[in-house]
Amino acid sequence: MEILMSVVAGVLFSTGTYLILTKSLLRIILGTALLSHGVHLLLLTMAGLKTGAPPLLGYESNAYTDPLPQALILTAIVISFGVTAFFFVLAYRAYKELGTDDMDELRGTDDE
Amino acid sequence: MSILHLVVLAPFIFAIFVPFLHKYLRHIHTGWFVFIVPVLLFSYLVQFIQPVMNGQHIHKVLPWMPSIGVSFNVYVDGLGLLFSLLITGIGALVVLYSIYYLSKEKEALNSFYVYLLMFMGAMLGVVLSDNLIVLYVFWELTSLASFLLIAYWYHREKSRYGAQKSMLITVSGGFAMLAGFVSLYLITDTFSIREIIAQAPDITGHALFLPAMLLILAGAFTKSAQFPFHIWLPDAMEAPTPVSAYLHSATMVKAGIYLVARMTPIFSGQAEWFWIISLFGIVTLFWGSFSAVKQTDLKSILAFSTVSQLGMIMCLLGLGSAAVHFGYEEGSFYSVAVVAAVFHLINHATFKGSLFMVVGIVDHETGTRDIRKLGGLMTLMPITFTLAVIGAFSMAGLPPFNGFLSKEMFFTGVLNASTLDIFNMETWTYLFPVLAWIASVFTFIYSMVLVFRTFTGQFQPEKLETKPHEAPLGMLIPPVILASLVLIIGFFPNLLSKSIIEPATASILPTLLGPENSYFKVDIYFWHGFNAELFMTMGVIGVGTLMFIGLHRWSGVYDLFPKRLALNHFYDQGLVQLERLSEKVTRIHMTGFIRDYLVYIFAFFILLLLGSLYTFNAFTYDFEHTADIGIFEVILSLVMVAGALGVVFARKRITAIISIGVVGYVLALFFVVFRAPDLALTQLVVETVSVALFLLCFYHLPVLKVEKNTVPFKLTNLIISVGVGLTVTLIALSANATRLFEPISEYFIEASYKEAGGKNMVNVILVDFRGFDTLLEILVLGIAALGVYTLVKLRLARRDEA
Repeated sequence: MEILMSVVAGVLFSTGTYLILTKSLLRIILGTALLSHGVHLLLLTMAGLKTGAPPLLGYESNAYTDPLPQALILTAIVISFGVTAFFFVLAYRAYKELGTDDMDELRGTDDE
Repeated sequence: MSILHLVVLAPFIFAIFVPFLHKYLRHIHTGWFVFIVPVLLFSYLVQFIQPVMNGQHIHKVLPWMPSIGVSFNVYVDGLGLLFSLLITGIGALVVLYSIYYLSKEKEALNSFYVYLLMFMGAMLGVVLSDNLIVLYVFWELTSLASFLLIAYWYHREKSRYGAQKSMLITVSGGFAMLAGFVSLYLITDTFSIREIIAQAPDITGHALFLPAMLLILAGAFTKSAQFPFHIWLPDAMEAPTPVSAYLHSATMVKAGIYLVARMTPIFSGQAEWFWIISLFGIVTLFWGSFSAVKQTDLKSILAFSTVSQLGMIMCLLGLGSAAVHFGYEEGSFYSVAVVAAVFHLINHATFKGSLFMVVGIVDHETGTRDIRKLGGLMTLMPITFTLAVIGAFSMAGLPPFNGFLSKEMFFTGVLNASTLDIFNMETWTYLFPVLAWIASVFTFIYSMVLVFRTFTGQFQPEKLETKPHEAPLGMLIPPVILASLVLIIGFFPNLLSKSIIEPATASILPTLLGPENSYFKVDIYFWHGFNAELFMTMGVIGVGTLMFIGLHRWSGVYDLFPKRLALNHFYDQGLVQLERLSEKVTRIHMTGFIRDYLVYIFAFFILLLLGSLYTFNAFTYDFEHTADIGIFEVILSLVMVAGALGVVFARKRITAIISIGVVGYVLALFFVVFRAPDLALTQLVVETVSVALFLLCFYHLPVLKVEKNTVPFKLTNLIISVGVGLTVTLIALSANATRLFEPISEYFIEASYKEAGGKNMVNVILVDFRGFDTLLEILVLGIAALGVYTLVKLRLARRDEA
């Protein structure tokens, strides 16, 4: 299971990287979103995907899934959401102000 | 802290008060206050002559950074005393001269004297320090002070050029020297020069011995303007003349000589030391005197003459180091060479100092230093003319002046060098006397040019800006004192031999003194019979006179020398090319395209991680301990991969947004499968909000254009992105296969109800065990929200323009 998940995370990284290297601002933001998905999946995978009860003590069980990475991922999701939202608005503003979303044309403005 | 430490620090301390004196006592020339300092120091240092003559060495300790072995130890022996007397003595004369040379009204005297005092203190620090690091600190201070003084008239472009050039050359030499000092420290484990000298016989075989020697010599040669590093000295002539007289003839350029003399007890006896110093010295001597003849500016002539004379002293020190090889016998020429070096050092300081002052007077009174405009000043400036004759004839090595004596001793040295049979030198024997003799001829010629082109011949008042007349008395006193020293030493050469020269020689060659010869017997004769040296001098005078008279016939030889091969050309082009190259390199990799920088970053990431995986053979995988794969997970994985690829290949915005939504929701489903209910919940909400945000702005979003990229562009992107994915997967697999220890989560499972009173472990971790993370994560969200608000609301640029 971990091997399959590692490969899936690898695919997410590949596609994310590819999108970041393109010229369109929107694609780049989508790329960062894919990268953070990949990271979250990888975090969960690295903790081991042993089957056990959900980390809720209400379930009487011998084994629970590791709760620590889940807490870490929860923090990471919120942070990357905040950052993505900010990027998105930033890109939107840049597009509105500068009239282009092509990174090759975004090389400093006359204001500098 | 002793008075000797104050001797070194006094100029620095006094320099603090100079600006106040300049500001509040404007009617008195600031130089008068400064004049007190070198006079006092000189009179204080004179009292050390007696004890040093008797073989005593004064050593005063002042810890500075004792934990790393750096302490400001002052050490007075013959060599240090000779130099400090020169520095303070000539310093006093130069200050006196500058009082009359620099105008009280027009010049910024405060900065001039601050720099000059700073230089004087630094120079005293160089020659009196026993600690290599302290010596280096003062050494760089002399470079800095020299830089400031050369650019004293900073509004002139040539001054700035000369200052920059001298700074670059001397400081790079200084850095090399620092590396040499550190190497010496690594060999001997001490920074103290005396302790290193004590260890000298044991360290010759060390691997760092030769590098240390070469690096220290690089420092000495750059500072002392040895070939090919001499190019900064002629350009340093843009400084005010008192500065040229003081720094660039008498003191700073001799710091390198001092260093070589100081290091002689450590390195002498080595063939490399002997050869490098002697050869560099003789080549510098020849090249300096050869180049001096073609100059038309009086100060340039003197600059090249200084270069040449420094080469001569350097060569003598090199030849003298052979003495260590042979041991001391009375009258043996090896130690005579060292005596000659010390003697000429004193002589050069006297006549060159006076010549610079003479040139300064000529410049001051006529407004030019160009010998093509000058001439016939003899009757107008008789005293200056007399001084020039004394100085120049001494420089040319004519009797009865002191230059004659040291030149004769120099000839003795080079003639005997040809009989040496050490260090495989038979084959090169002819080189030293021949080069030395030719150089002496050229020395004779430029000395004559200096005197006769300036003071005799046709007087050309129409070319001069002012009407020339004799200089004021105060300006004449310092060169008169120096010129009388030239005469006095010329007639009574043994006046200084016992008090100064012998102790200095003893410091350069300390190992040669035994119980039976506790000091060097120095006896300088004016007349030593008809010998080879005398005939050589006569030849110099004869040939030199003929060549001087026929100068206009053969001066064309200087035009044969191609300008492209000149050393200055190499220096200038070197700087230009260096700048051009660095600009080119910067242009190549700093393109301004963000995609290029990302390629660098990702490529580095891939190479470093995959490289170390490969190098350390770290890739392992393990199928046994993994969980089973269910059909459900396989389907989810396929959907996720399809979604991710869908984002990449999407041609429309809506496709891309929906595809990214698919990936996000599948991730939430994975969280369900892997039993993470809180994550699934959060992921669902966040993904929904994100997609909603995307859709909300849908009509304002830029249209996704089909990227019109070249194939290589896409291929690079493909290789890089596949590489990143591969790297991540491989590292994940390897990490998964090697679990070093059990997770700490058992604690959370045990304690979350008992200690924190919650049954949802994830939530207990978030707000209880690791509540700090959550606090800051809230902060991140808050900042992001504020940032978004600001971005939307704040529109300064556009509105202002409108």
